[in-house]
Amino acid sequence: MGGLQKKKFERGSATNYITRNKARKKLQLSLPDFRRLCILKGIYPHEPKHKKKVNKGSTAQRTFYMLKDIRFLMHEPIVGKFRDYKVFVRKLKKAYGKTEWSAVERLRENKPTYKLDHIIKERYPAFIDALRDIDDALCMCFLFSTFARTGKCHVQTIQLCRRLTVEWMNFVIASRGLRKVFLSIKGIYYQAEVMGQLITWLVPYQFAHDHPTDVDYRVMATFTELYTTLLGFVNFRLYHSLNLLYPPKLDGKAMSELKEEDEDDYAMNSECYLEKLSALSASLSRVVSATEEEDAELDQFPVEGEDTEKMEAREREQKQQEAQKKLFEGLKFYLNREVPRESLAFVIRCFGGEVSWDKSVCIGSKYEVTDETITHHIVDRPNVDKQYINRYYIQPQWVYDCVNAKIRLPVEDYFLGVTLPPHLSPFVEEKEGDYVPPEKLKIMALQRGEKPANEQEEDEEEEEDDDEDDEEEEEEEEDDGGNDEEEETEEQNLKTMQEQSSQGKSLQVKVTPGKVTVENKARLEQEEKAEEKRLAIMMMKRKEKYLFDKIMFGKKRKIREANKLAAKRKAHDDAEKSKKKKARK
Amino acid sequence: PEEDEDLSDSEDSVYSGLEDSGSDSEEDEEDGFFNVPGDVFHAVLNHYSGFCWVFLPTRLPRFFSKDMLMCPFLVLQDIRNTVGNIPMEWYRDFPHIGYDLDGKKIYKPIRNKDELDDFLDKMENPDYWRTVHDNQTGSVIVLSDEQVELVNRLQRGQFGDINFNEYQPSVEYFSSDVMIHPVTNRPEDKRSFIPSLVEKEKVSKLVHAIKMGWIKPRRVEDNSRGTFYDLWASEDSSILSKHRMHLPAPKIPLPGHNESYNPPPEYLFTDEERALWEQQDPSDRKLPYVPMKFSSLRQVPAFPRFIHERFERCLDLYLCPRQRKMRVNVNPEDLIPKLPKPKDLQPFPTVQSLVYRGHSSLIRSISVSPSGQWLASGSDDGTVRIWEVCSSRCMKTIQVGGAVKTVTWNPNPAVCLLAVALNSVVLILSPALADRQVVSSSERLLLGDQEAEAAEDTGAVWSEAEGEELNQGIRLKVHHPKAVHQVVWHAKGDYLASVMPDNSSHLQVLIHQLSRRRSQNPFRRNKGLVQCVSFHPVRPYFFVATQRSVRIYNLVKQEMTKKLQANSKWISSMAFYPVCGSVSLTVLIVLITCHLICRHHKKAVRGVAYHRVYPLFASASDDGSVIVCHGTVYNDLLQNPLIVPVKVLRGHVMTHDLGVLDVTFHPTQPWVFSSGADNTIRLFT
Repeated sequence: MGGLQKKKFERGSATNYITRNKARKKLQLSLPDFRRLCILKGIYPHEPKHKKKVNKGSTAQRTFYMLKDIRFLMHEPIVGKFRDYKVFVRKLKKAYGKTEWSAVERLRENKPTYKLDHIIKERYPAFIDALRDIDDALCMCFLFSTFARTGKCHVQTIQLCRRLTVEWMNFVIASRGLRKVFLSIKGIYYQAEVMGQLITWLVPYQFAHDHPTDVDYRVMATFTELYTTLLGFVNFRLYHSLNLLYPPKLDGKAMSELKEEDEDDYAMNSECYLEKLSALSASLSRVVSATEEEDAELDQFPVEGEDTEKMEAREREQKQQEAQKKLFEGLKFYLNREVPRESLAFVIRCFGGEVSWDKSVCIGSKYEVTDETITHHIVDRPNVDKQYINRYYIQPQWVYDCVNAKIRLPVEDYFLGVTLPPHLSPFVEEKEGDYVPPEKLKIMALQRGEKPANEQEEDEEEEEDDDEDDEEEEEEEEDDGGNDEEEETEEQNLKTMQEQSSQGKSLQVKVTPGKVTVENKARLEQEEKAEEKRLAIMMMKRKEKYLFDKIMFGKKRKIREANKLAAKRKAHDDAEKSKKKKARK
Repeated sequence: PEEDEDLSDSEDSVYSGLEDSGSDSEEDEEDGFFNVPGDVFHAVLNHYSGFCWVFLPTRLPRFFSKDMLMCPFLVLQDIRNTVGNIPMEWYRDFPHIGYDLDGKKIYKPIRNKDELDDFLDKMENPDYWRTVHDNQTGSVIVLSDEQVELVNRLQRGQFGDINFNEYQPSVEYFSSDVMIHPVTNRPEDKRSFIPSLVEKEKVSKLVHAIKMGWIKPRRVEDNSRGTFYDLWASEDSSILSKHRMHLPAPKIPLPGHNESYNPPPEYLFTDEERALWEQQDPSDRKLPYVPMKFSSLRQVPAFPRFIHERFERCLDLYLCPRQRKMRVNVNPEDLIPKLPKPKDLQPFPTVQSLVYRGHSSLIRSISVSPSGQWLASGSDDGTVRIWEVCSSRCMKTIQVGGAVKTVTWNPNPAVCLLAVALNSVVLILSPALADRQVVSSSERLLLGDQEAEAAEDTGAVWSEAEGEELNQGIRLKVHHPKAVHQVVWHAKGDYLASVMPDNSSHLQVLIHQLSRRRSQNPFRRNKGLVQCVSFHPVRPYFFVATQRSVRIYNLVKQEMTKKLQANSKWISSMAFYPVCGSVSLTVLIVLITCHLICRHHKKAVRGVAYHRVYPLFASASDDGSVIVCHGTVYNDLLQNPLIVPVKVLRGHVMTHDLGVLDVTFHPTQPWVFSSGADNTIRLFT
């Protein structure tokens, strides 16, 4: 016996965590400063496994940080800068109060500033880490670059964001890295592949923002501060990886072309450069004069049988990607003034097309409307007064759909005044059993190189196909469900029977004895198997049964959702058809 | 000539407009004059009744020309009113309007001009517009051209004097040129040539501050914020391991078809879905937005919650705890245990082959004779029926006069007796359905020596049946003090146990010896509500099941051997695996069956049964199904017995929420009988 009694909460998990308030006190920072520090350093709270233990027996709701994280924050030089800034503000206030303007001026000159370079380096020790985390940075910068230069944040920040995003877009053009584009109701999603990383960002549509009041812009500004620094360094590195000059310079030829134009019409000299860059029409100049694209072919390694297939698949994919990169090569686009210029110019240039617009829309247009060599004229209005014969007048969705389908889609569906086909998300990858909209099937057929037949016939066929598909789906369902519970199968059987009878088809039961037995055999076998499975499920352990039930529940819900979508589609198509018929009559 | 005409002809006067404008400054007979006090120029005019002050807007210059003041007609008409600057209406009632220099009255003009005169004057007099009425003297003054010019100039805001140059060069008295002579003759102060102490103090303070580093030199403008360089020029892995396990934030989920500006029609909300969406709390919604369709890109509006969403993402990034969640990626097929195929475990009952109909109420109990030829059943309609198994013929119907709780066949193949429990009576029947030897042996057993009276404390009374009952085959009656629920034979066929469940008394189980017609109460104390009892088929053990536990008593040693706790809510029946010798294992299997059965059936289990020969057991439940399982018991006792459910037998119809009530196996064949609430007995083979 003997020894001291062990005290509670002096060891173990209670000592590994620290509440937010304690952390703040330890760092001697105000809450906003602490928040800023956490944002900049990427420190987030932790959820302890045993909350009550960590909370020293209390069950009150608290935010916990790892003590290690807070210790790590203590050594951050920026904390010192925060304190300096606090002192600076105090001095400034005092000087104002005493109306000592010279002191104010002197203080302002010595306003403490800090740099985030070391934090970036620390948070992303390798370049690839930074690249992986660039999504949010891009989204934020693109948002800030669309802000009006009023009030909500510093003008310099907005300008910097604009500059960085323009640089980013120019890089993506130069590297031809864009893969997918999606027009959503929120904005335009882009996905690019940069150094093997898929990077997705969202750009809002070009409208003035209705600034909400319940948003803390200080938090956003802190994030932007970090993100601009990060994006700048990433841009620098990326430009150098392509042998481009970093503060990007336009190609000499393009530059001179642009100079010819009356510059004074546009921006001030200082802004002119950025404007030209953001026009996205000219290529960038390289450090080493551009050589022919050296195609780094995949080296053939001698491999065993299994891997060759993979290799082939990879090769095929590479080829497809190469083809996609040259999707718009040789095409000349002209953008009418009502279409979103920046987005379209960006996308078209990413795939090797040439693009121009009206001179008054933006600087950097290359050719006029009257140019005879224009192949596609992108218009977003019901009709155009003066049409040239040797070009297609199409709606902007064509460009995006082509990019996503990786082939040039037939232009007929996208002519002016035509009801557009639905715009599908390229990010959805349907697995087996998921609902696939028929438009996607069509595009997939086109990708495989199948030619669609004549409109009318095709329609009919498709409908039939659809019907068949539906039936198949239903049958599949039956299988899935039947394995589980007989009641459900019965229900579904009933349903299918009803449906069949309602469709006016004869029931599948036939009178001839021979056939019936054949069917029965198969059926019996199936039933036997189903019963076997059911009996086996009975014997599951309780824990596994729970998991199994959960998985099956999820599966069933998925199937239900898919069926619902299919049913909705069918109802819609039927309604359309009946409408058409009425119109014909 | 034209000009003359113009001047003379007042009616078409070019100045008529001017005259109109000045028409309210009427003048009558009085003479007027310009009062020039200081630098403000007033023209004071008299009306009939009052004064009207006309302020000329500009400030007059000091330089008033002499000739202007000495207007010619002022000099000529030397009429000066000496009353001073007073309201002239004070003189309204007098014939005069003041006094001249000599002190004589100045009289008003004799005849006042009336409106008509005025009008005529206005029409005819070309000089009317420049005529001014002098209130002081009551006379009328016609302004000369110079005076009119002067008035115009003043009104325009110019100097009165035409010749005055307002832009003449100014003389610079205090210029940058150093004058040769000092301005003052005063000698300079001493302080002007010795250094200032105050300044010295200030400077020394500044110097001190600089020395101490309090004042920093002006910072060189740092432009390095927007300049970038190759931050990752030297990628060293040393930092990588420096700090903690960092979890990168999860990326934003990618948008699906329903976020498109032009989605396929099936992704749009129907009216109901929309209504539902609007009703739901924002946190419950599956989609945070309503899918919308626009016919062209031009019509897509700004997304109102864009900044919100970005902000929420920011909050997530720095406020949300991160955790690595291991996702179980299990193929559900793998979870299903691999069991031997039921086909390989045959024989077991698969098909319903016979239905025994005849009872008119639900059948509580069935029992198969040890030979396997007869089946006895007891029903709520007050009858016990005996069926031939193979033909499903009802061989005998015995009216017993009460709902039958239990029917059991004596397990001894040498006798043919049936025990029936109803109300508070246990009946011993001799159905006489075997060969003569067997019948006679059973009669012999019944006759026995009617030895002693039953012990008093049991309360059981033995009596012999008479008359009609005897004809039906009822031989003995054992009256119990309470309702009997169950009756069980010992394997030898001489003893039988009856159960009277009652929580309050210790008299729950009675053991009767048939040959000596004796009853005894084995338990002194009440150990809970007894559900069922049973003898071990081979060994001298007695099992008593209360609601949640099973007690095992050794009949030889007269002591409790073991107590087993079941994890089910209610033990309703027991059955034994007869092949096995060891007690513990037997019971183990019993409990396992109970357990399993509870899981397999959806409702309460009514009965369980083991096959005597085959490793089969069956369970009946209120959900109307009978599950047949195949159990393999390994000789190695450490290995759990393998139990494979092989068949779910359905056939009974649910009536009054009751399904199958009892289940038994055929003693030799792999057949199972089940009796149900639908008044039938079914045979599955």
